[in-house]
Amino acid sequence: MKPAPFVYHRPVSVEDAARLLAELGDEGKVVAGGQSLVPLLNFRLAAPAHLVDINGIAGLDWVDPADGAVDVGATVRHSRLLREREVAAAHPLLVEATGWIAHPVIRNRGTVCGSLAHADPAAELPAVLALLGGSVEAVAWRGGSLASRRVPAAELFAGPLQTTLEVDELVVAATFPTLAAGTGWAVEELARRHGDYALAGVVLSVTVDGDGKPVSGRAAYLSCAPTPAVVDIGPGLAGDAGANGLYDLVASSLDPTDDIHATAAYRRHLAATLTVRALDRALARAQPQQPELAAVSDVMAAPTAASSDGGAER
Amino acid sequence: MSATPRTPDPHDLHEVVVTVNGVTRSAQVPARRLLSDMLRHDLRMTGTHVGCEHGVCGACTVLLDGEPIRSCLTFAVMVDGARITTVEGLAGPDGELGPVQRAFRECHGLQCGFCTPGFLLLTTELLARSPEPAEGEIRDALGGNLCRCTGYVNIVRSVRRAAELAGEQSP
Repeated sequence: MKPAPFVYHRPVSVEDAARLLAELGDEGKVVAGGQSLVPLLNFRLAAPAHLVDINGIAGLDWVDPADGAVDVGATVRHSRLLREREVAAAHPLLVEATGWIAHPVIRNRGTVCGSLAHADPAAELPAVLALLGGSVEAVAWRGGSLASRRVPAAELFAGPLQTTLEVDELVVAATFPTLAAGTGWAVEELARRHGDYALAGVVLSVTVDGDGKPVSGRAAYLSCAPTPAVVDIGPGLAGDAGANGLYDLVASSLDPTDDIHATAAYRRHLAATLTVRALDRALARAQPQQPELAAVSDVMAAPTAASSDGGAER
Repeated sequence: MSATPRTPDPHDLHEVVVTVNGVTRSAQVPARRLLSDMLRHDLRMTGTHVGCEHGVCGACTVLLDGEPIRSCLTFAVMVDGARITTVEGLAGPDGELGPVQRAFRECHGLQCGFCTPGFLLLTTELLARSPEPAEGEIRDALGGNLCRCTGYVNIVRSVRRAAELAGEQSP
């Protein structure tokens, strides 16, 4: 119940951290909040020879709720997203999902980017990033300089606790695109005890037209697949399909597995049921798109539709 | 990196200086020393209890720069320079119990007492942030800590009582 010995590093710049990670290769592991890593170390399920603590790096503790996305630096704790009013105004979905993470005490230390890099399929933020089509910025020391790249959510998650990031890459920021006008959202989970990992959970968004009718939607699932599973729920929103149509769509789209916490069949049922509930709440929150805007987008869409029809004839 | 004088060893000791309950304390610890173990073993402050050692039970909760954290999920070397409050810091200098401690005693908010230090610190921070918390707020703040004796009802009652006592003390 004590961690194996490791060498501790506390770089003070991103460049130093990247150089260190390049030098250490697969012997190095980044620690920020440690709320997922330290239990693994305490149990000796992981025993990296070197820990690279990024908390001493100035300039990673920032949140930017700018136009169209909330960007979050690598050492920002979960609790900060819940505290900052600008974040709540810009991205209520992100804030609601963050409130489901463990307990307040864990959220005081756990980091947003750490949750993404840890890639737990039962965690909230990977599902949020996947739903929104967000991305992370990763840096590495390559060929004598700092190289940076954007990794979109669709390419980030490789399996349970696995990402496509290289061992020498450091996530320095995450980007959570905000929802468009006319889009509602909801997060639903079921866990046996408050604050536990969900047996199943869903993060959902739905877009309505000027009459408040749903026209498209997506849902991302926790604990239902090795990575956050994203389902296009659009076909389940059609007028006559009703709640059963959505339930069936989700149940047939997911392929969860049995484990000691729940059977696959129960997880599938939970995911589908939670989706139906989440849709209700999301629709209640979706503001119909403003008529002027809808009219403009109709006008703009018309020539495109005409030309593509024309293209099909040719 | 450029030439280093020698290869760092995992058993190297690090000087960690923290302010515990207002007093500057230091210890030479290996990197793998958990904050909970530094408090208990190196600083001989055994009020912080260690239950599960993987972040589930909350018995080891301390305040780090005023915020509750799991000291068993934090390496001492990572909090060098920080301000820490443990249960030993809740009583007065003459040993007189603080309002949160008195409330837990009055309301039977403990039985065996093992989990109590964690609950006392959670309550202390909650009341500092929200002097008159609603029941839901109390339960949310305490939700991550386990007590196997009380069934929590008396703990929630203790927190409400602590709010009253703290209010009387500093009107």
